[in-house]
Amino acid sequence: MPVLVSGLLAVGLFFFAAGTVALLRFPDLPSRLHALTKADNVGLGFVLLALGVAAPDPVRIFKLVLIWLLVLVASASVCFLVADEARRRSGTGEGR
Amino acid sequence: MAGAFDLLLAVLIVWLGWRAVTDPDLLRAAMQFVALGLVLAIAWLRLAAPDLALAEAAVGSGLTGALLVTAVRGWRASEGTDAEERAASGWALPGSLPRLAAGATSLLLLGLLLLAVRGLPERSAGLTAEAAAALPASGVENPVTAVLLNFRAYDTLLEVAVLLVAVVGVWSLRRAPASLAREDPPFVLASLLGLVAPLLLIAGGYLLWIGAFAPGGAFQGGALLGGALVLLSLGGLGGALLARPALTRAVLVVGLLVFLAVAVGMLAWTGGLLRYPEPSAKAWILVVEAAGLLSIGATLGALFLGGRIERAHPGDG
Repeated sequence: MPVLVSGLLAVGLFFFAAGTVALLRFPDLPSRLHALTKADNVGLGFVLLALGVAAPDPVRIFKLVLIWLLVLVASASVCFLVADEARRRSGTGEGR
Repeated sequence: MAGAFDLLLAVLIVWLGWRAVTDPDLLRAAMQFVALGLVLAIAWLRLAAPDLALAEAAVGSGLTGALLVTAVRGWRASEGTDAEERAASGWALPGSLPRLAAGATSLLLLGLLLLAVRGLPERSAGLTAEAAAALPASGVENPVTAVLLNFRAYDTLLEVAVLLVAVVGVWSLRRAPASLAREDPPFVLASLLGLVAPLLLIAGGYLLWIGAFAPGGAFQGGALLGGALVLLSLGGLGGALLARPALTRAVLVVGLLVFLAVAVGMLAWTGGLLRYPEPSAKAWILVVEAAGLLSIGATLGALFLGGRIERAHPGDG
């Protein structure tokens, strides 16, 4: 069990690290947003999966799932809002 | 391993704090302040103080960060205007005399704090043993809540009063900008708010309830309520608040009024300021905390709006 938990945590951290490197290295806003929302959400999923495996009771697992869903909804929405605002400001958007 | 992590935390705190104060780009400095708050919250967790971690993450990092970012935005928006317009809009930097006075006051306070710390006994458990012994009579099982709302409830009473004074101070400076009342949030933002704001309200009530036996309480719950108000204002729904000045004022003061009423009532009933009768102690604590939660949330939201909430005068536009 500890091996499984550590393995899942390590995979999660790998995705977080990859997302952070991409945030720092990618050239423009859309690709940075892409890296941040995709990689970090997968990373968070693995970390929460690890915590869920180690959780003492089902209620804890339920709370972890709630957290993951909330972060998914929030990051997808915020990603769209940031990209939309940037597109509007750059003036390259069609029909605006 | 844990030592290395703590060392990393300590270095990060000092570095982020330094960057937040010295970064010439104010917006970046504000972001670093938010990051500092999150790292501080982790440090409080490492020190086994989850109540403080919650408060630091919600108030110290989230809401203060939102205040700072708004202030930077307002400051930048006013940059093209001349000094008089700036002063009129409330975004002017203070002159050198107020700055010197503020600096001198801060140094004086720092000196007094250092003196107070020097006077402390070197190793002391404080009143931990006494507080733990009296815990069963407090009405709650969480020692932090027992201290904040029972043993030293007058401290919390004064804190609630300080929050109200802060709002009065901000309100005496300027009116809330009418731009907050725009009614056209983008669709995605509106639907996100429709989901998140009710969740924040539920989570706030949940934190208030579990405060009796686990980390949580009125301040943490109130911070979530304030966060919901900040989100709604960002989404352009602050107009609903601005349209009901009387209700807003009532919610702002209800926490202090209920707290004062309970204090006076207890003085008459049990003869002690905020000394609750033992069997109903938890009920009184919940009443005080519930009213406090509303006022704390409204206070944080009002501070974010950054000015008096009153009906727009006809012709103001």
